[in-house]
Formats: sequence, C-alpha cells, structure tokens
Amino acid sequence: MGQGTYEVKVGLAEMLKGGVIMDVTTAEQAQLAEDAGAVAVMALERIPADIRTDGGIARMSDPLMIKDIQKMVSIPVMAKCRIGHFAEAQILEALEVDFIDESEVLTPADDNNHIYKHDFKIPFVCGARNLGEALRRIGEGAAMIRTKGEAGSGNIVEAVRHMRSIINEINLLGTLGHDQLMATARDFQAPFSLVEQVAKIKKLPVPNFSAGGIATPADASLVMQLGAESVFVGSGIFKSEDPASRAKAIVDSVTHYKDADKLAIASSGLKSAMKGLDISEIPEDQMLQDRGW
Amino acid sequence: MVRKVGVLALQGNYIQHKRMLDTLGINNILVQYPQELEKCDLLIIPGGESTAISKQIDRNKFRQPIINFVKTNSVLGTCAGMILLSSTKEANNLKPLGVMDFKVERNAYGRQVSSFSGNLHLEFDNTDNFKAIFIRAPKVSNLGKGIKILATYKNYPVMITDGRHFATTFHPEIGTDVRIHEYIMEQINA
Repeated sequence: MGQGTYEVKVGLAEMLKGGVIMDVTTAEQAQLAEDAGAVAVMALERIPADIRTDGGIARMSDPLMIKDIQKMVSIPVMAKCRIGHFAEAQILEALEVDFIDESEVLTPADDNNHIYKHDFKIPFVCGARNLGEALRRIGEGAAMIRTKGEAGSGNIVEAVRHMRSIINEINLLGTLGHDQLMATARDFQAPFSLVEQVAKIKKLPVPNFSAGGIATPADASLVMQLGAESVFVGSGIFKSEDPASRAKAIVDSVTHYKDADKLAIASSGLKSAMKGLDISEIPEDQMLQDRGW
Repeated sequence: MVRKVGVLALQGNYIQHKRMLDTLGINNILVQYPQELEKCDLLIIPGGESTAISKQIDRNKFRQPIINFVKTNSVLGTCAGMILLSSTKEANNLKPLGVMDFKVERNAYGRQVSSFSGNLHLEFDNTDNFKAIFIRAPKVSNLGKGIKILATYKNYPVMITDGRHFATTFHPEIGTDVRIHEYIMEQINA
C-alpha cells in the first residue's frame, strides 16, 4: 500500500480540476463556499487584501480556526504556510489539512530555500510566474502549481501574464530538439529531467491552476481559456458586496468557461466586485509575486 | 455496440477518463448539456468533489435526464461519481441520484493524508495486479441483492455492478492500465 506517494498527492490535485478553491477566514464562510459549489477551501486568518492593508508579518493560521473549518465542511481544507517554513508545514500536516499552500501571500521565512515537499505525506501547491519557477517547485515535490498573479489586488493582469508565460514556455519546449533542452533548462533555471518531460507531454506534469486577482466570472473564464485547470479566488469573494451570489457565479463560470451565454447569466445582477488596485499603485517592495526563489 | 461514451464534464477529472477512452479508440464526448446525453449509450460520472458535482447536476438540469438515461443505458461512476450513483441519504449539499442499490460512507478512510494506492483483486479476470489510486475514497455498504462485486481491495468491495451500471471507489482513469474501462465496454457490447 502506498500512502503519501507522489501519485496519490497529484491524484487529489486532479480531482480539484474544473472547480473553484475559495479563501475563507471563518467556518461560516467555509459553509458559504461549499454551498456555492467550491471544490475546496483555503483556511487563512486574513484574506490577502487585508494582509496588504494591515501590514506586519503574516503567518500560518491558528490551528483552532483550521479545525473549526474542517468540522464544518466535507470538501478538502487547505491551509497556507510561509515559504521555507517547514515547521509550520509539519504542524499543518499534523492537523491533517488536505493540501498545504507554501504561499508568497504570507511573509517568507527563508529567503533562499523552499520546503523540500517530498518529505511530507500531504500534497503541496506552490505559486509560479513562469515555467522555470513552476518546475523548480515541482522538483521540490509540489503536486499542484498555481500561477501567482498578484494576490489581494483584484486585478487580473498579473494572473494573465503568468499564465501566458507558462503556456508560451511549454509551447516553446514542444518545438525544440532534444539537443536544445539542456541550454533551455539552464536559461529557465529548471531541472533538466522535468524540462525533458514537459517537452514530451506538452503540459506540466501536475495540474496548473490560476490565482491572484480573480474577481469576476469573466476573470475566471479568461484564465481558464488561457489554460488554467481550476481557479483560486482569494479576496475576490469576501471583499465583494454579495459574497454568496458572487461565489456561485464564479463556480458556474468555471464549469461553463467557454459558453458566453452562460457567462452572461452568471455575470448578471451581481453587486459590486472588490474595488481592487492598479498594479502601479502597489509599491515595489509590497509585490507579493516577487517572493519565491 | 457502444456507439458513443459521454463523460460528464461539470467538475472533476473528466479529462483523464477522456484520454483513456481515446487510448482505447472509443468514440467519446464531454457532456456539458443534458441534450448531449441523447447521443450517448454510456455515461461516465468522474471523480471530483461530490458536493460540487451534485450542485452542478441540479443547476444544469441534469438530474431527471440522467435518471431517464440510465433506465436503458449504462453508467460508470468513479469515486465522487459512485457516491452520486448510490442510494445514500441526501446530506448537506449532496443529493445522490439513487441509480444503484447500495450506500456509501464518504471519505471513509479519512482525509487526504490517508489516501493511498494498492493492488486490487479483479474478480472478472482473477488477477491481483491492478494498481488502484484511492483519493479521499468512499466505502460501500448495504449492497442490494442485485449487486455483484467485480473487484476487491483487502477483501473489501471497491468495484460493483447491478448488471448495467458500474461503480468504483477508486480512480481507474489515473495511470495507464486500461483494464477497467475495457471490461465495461465488453460488458455493454456483450
């Protein structure tokens, strides 16, 4: 019997495809997410937009809050640890969260290393802005990649940039000869064996989701059409005026991401979306996507 | 003869089922609208999150069309798909279709940390080397009289049929072993 093996970890990521994973800060919000049709919830103390406003160090959530959420819903419960903070990850594993997000939304604990994720029995998801970063995380054991976008911005532009980068680089690998892959691995700063694998299968070896700025049903459709297999919605739901309606609308828009008639219905009559930020308004040292190495 | 297989594509791992059917050279479509069922003679309800798929079945008006479809056609439900085929009592955010006479306990092995892979005993070809992946898997219970066991893991039933309808607690679409899909096609063609 194989428990905690890589294929079992990737297996859960495969099951979450075509769905929405929602950030929640309370058991009540988790229930709202499940009622809306979310495939999983991300339990965290503050949503990214509030982390941005509040400042200070953002850390792993209180285990009591995570447990409350686990009791409330039957869908998988994810939680975040800081980049490189393997002790937080060990605690999350002891709590039996279903997925750990080693996340740039929290303040990094190690400015050089990420967690060696193969050491854990539960799967990890990590953020990436390009193929090299994605393959470095997969090399460390990530079972799912999410493009980073810019968390808490309510602005889709970075999520689009990162998804396009990864898809373009995968397409490029597909056109190269085997004799060109080592130089490409060097340029991408990615493990050679994974570069070879991507060149062959023409996709990431794990599911590739989108995150960081999705605020509307149309945003969700956009990243799905660009190649995302699911979406994470962080601040976009609970910073909007009517979270329940918006949550349901985003779920429906992922299911029918190519059907403009259904998207028009999903987009209709929603109260205000989160206000959001232009990326140029964010000081450079507060860009969350630059965390991760 | 199976003319066309529909894979219910509302949420979950429908792409890997499609890939397996493509490998076997079986004509298939992803089903997103109830009227697409008319073109099919087998429906696969994939793994995913059972509550999310249950919601989308109702929001997309699939419930009665699926119930009508399976009266004369075949269906395969894997993991979440099996939960939806069962006659388990309606729970919060989950409304099974009641197609087959058995019940399930959801997430019966525990949370993801207890997900596993293991070799199955396949009753139908009497082998012990089908490597199956179980993800937050259910366990079956209260098997009705007409239910036949097709595969077991540690003597526990993990694949069952009532003749026309099939259900697995594991994910036969993950990996490269096509025997489960192949067997079901053979049964429908027989």
